[in-house]
Amino acid sequence: MAEVLVYVDHVDGAVRKPTLELLTLARRIGDPVAVHLGAGADSAAATLAEYGAVKVLAADAPEFADYLVVPKVDALQAAYEAVSPAAVLVPSSAEGKEIAARLALRIGSGVITDAVDLEAGDSGPVATQSVFAAAFTTKSRVTKGTPVITVKPNSAAPEAAPAAGTVEQMSVTFGEKSTGTKVVSRTPRESTGRPELTEAAIVVSGGRGVNGAENFSVVENLADSLGAAVGASRAAVDAGWYPHTHQVGQTGKSVSPQLYIAAGISGAIQHRAGMQTSKTIVAVNKDEEAPIFDLVDYGVVGDLFEVLPKLTEEIKARKG
Amino acid sequence: MSLRIVVCVKYVPDATGDRHFADDLTVDREDVDGLLSELDEYAVEQALQIAENADDAEVTVLTVGPEDAKDALRKALSMGADKAVHVEDDDLHGTDAIGTSLVLAKAVEKTGYDLVVCGMASTDGTMGVLPALLSERLGVPQATLLSEISVEDGKVTGRRDGDAATEQLQAALPAVVSVTDQSGEARYPSFKGIMAAKKKPVQSLDLDDLDIDADEVGLEGSWTKVDDAAERPARTAGTIVKDEGEGAKQLAEFLAGQKFI
Ligand SMILES: Cc1cc2nc3c(=O)[nH]c(=O)nc-3n(C[C@H](O)[C@H](O)[C@H](O)COP(=O)(O)OP(=O)(O)OC[C@H]3O[C@@H](n4cnc5c(N)ncnc54)[C@H](O)[C@@H]3O)c2cc1C
Ligand SMILES: Nc1ncnc2c1ncn2[C@@H]1O[C@H](COP(=O)(O)O)[C@@H](O)[C@H]1O
Repeated sequence: MAEVLVYVDHVDGAVRKPTLELLTLARRIGDPVAVHLGAGADSAAATLAEYGAVKVLAADAPEFADYLVVPKVDALQAAYEAVSPAAVLVPSSAEGKEIAARLALRIGSGVITDAVDLEAGDSGPVATQSVFAAAFTTKSRVTKGTPVITVKPNSAAPEAAPAAGTVEQMSVTFGEKSTGTKVVSRTPRESTGRPELTEAAIVVSGGRGVNGAENFSVVENLADSLGAAVGASRAAVDAGWYPHTHQVGQTGKSVSPQLYIAAGISGAIQHRAGMQTSKTIVAVNKDEEAPIFDLVDYGVVGDLFEVLPKLTEEIKARKG
Repeated sequence: MSLRIVVCVKYVPDATGDRHFADDLTVDREDVDGLLSELDEYAVEQALQIAENADDAEVTVLTVGPEDAKDALRKALSMGADKAVHVEDDDLHGTDAIGTSLVLAKAVEKTGYDLVVCGMASTDGTMGVLPALLSERLGVPQATLLSEISVEDGKVTGRRDGDAATEQLQAALPAVVSVTDQSGEARYPSFKGIMAAKKKPVQSLDLDDLDIDADEVGLEGSWTKVDDAAERPARTAGTIVKDEGEGAKQLAEFLAGQKFI
């Protein structure tokens, strides 16, 4: 069977969930070969194997952390040349998309970004994309070279399928352009203890209606009762009430959870662009005309300061 | 020596309007209201600020797009850019990201540059890959997705807020950068700016001018193909209740029914 390269997104060897989704999707096309760059390949390998990686190509070098994007492209290209895969799959993070695009150009292949599903087709993998703020669903193919496709988080449920997952060290020669952009310093994001926004099964977001940084605890408390991640509209972020890293929408994170709860959010097109593919959508808004109600499975017209705390209590009571 | 800044701006269908596909499954750009991509206004703004802080700088705005794309250039010129380049050719219809990056790279080289400034993503395609592709093609560093940017002593520095960390980046010019909507509010064109823009030069280039063969671009030259585009079925109307004291309970009931609790 043909091999499919899967670029591993991880934090020091802790494999992030979107990678497991990619391994699951890759198996529809061929045998997944994971590409692990940076530290922790040996600890990652067990997880990668569990989800179907027949092999793990690993490389570690200071360049990956010290310079932006290009060293990783050099390494992924080395893996591509070693394997001659049927496709290359990369998680759809900002960096993932940049890596994928540069690799595609180098190897003379087309690139598709932000797929939400992937199937094998007669003439190569078929990618489903959700476009124009999820108003349209498209099916696309790469018609030249080896398909390079980035896939959004929450596009598939990870399924275990144990395989060998043998680690092989790769040797990578970095091109002279790889050190062009220096990462002078890096401040890791502090963990909130809540699930990662893009990976969470449930997201509770607050908007302008939350009316102040101090009030966001109302949103956080509801999120915690559900084990959810916290999101925010741009209006709330621009007002300085919540960090930009939590913004949902066109210029923030794109989320596709099982359940999305919007509180005090009107539902502008740019916000919808980042959450409209959520499976179940719930809104609490005091304006019954708010466009968010066009999207919801369940909507409560009411004051979020009344509804959210009561809902939180209700959930806690039911969970015992 | 003067600092030559080229800003890549895209003309896109209005996101708040009704966007759709043409019969050949390309984005319909004929029957819709278009405008300068809002995310590229931030790129124009940062380019103007960098130019204002430099001893001597010139800002050129560049677009690849149909006749109407001139509107996007006009807007950027009225914000304060010095001149514009419009790449327009019937053979460009349907070009994908890889093809567009070829055209932009050739046009940037022909114009001459020390710094290329892009938006973080186009509001129609939303790929966010063009800046990286341009960097690859031009063989110069990429410092992308910056929420803060400055240029000094032949170097660009800036802050990139990534998924897992905030990074401080540095690259020597010439370089390609992109800026996010966190980089700072874009200015509105003043009346004076709008009047002045009418007299600013707009250079038109076609594929011949850039030594690009028609079969390298357009729908035929694309390395990807859209086979199908279907309007997403409208979501079935949900249940909407008015909170009269019982809203939270009713919602909890719904969530329990869906097995979320
Ligand atoms: C280029 C561009 C990119 C953008 N990107 C994004 C993006 O990524 N994400 C994003 O979110 N936006 C984005 N926007 C902004 C977007 O257009 C909207 O301005 C924004 O989403 C509005 O946020 P909001 O819904 O919180 O605020 P509003 O539109 O002001 O809505 C607030 C809502 O809260 C309700 N409310 C008020 N008080 C209460 C209460 N006590 N209880 C219940 N309900 C209450 C009101 O009825 C109202 O419906 C972008 C805009 C542009 C131009
Ligand atoms: N046709 C175009 N003409 C000029 N600039 C473009 C064009 N397409 C994309 N760009 C630039 O590339 C950025 C990213 O676009 P994209 O990769 O399409 O999301 C945009 O914000 C623009 O700065």
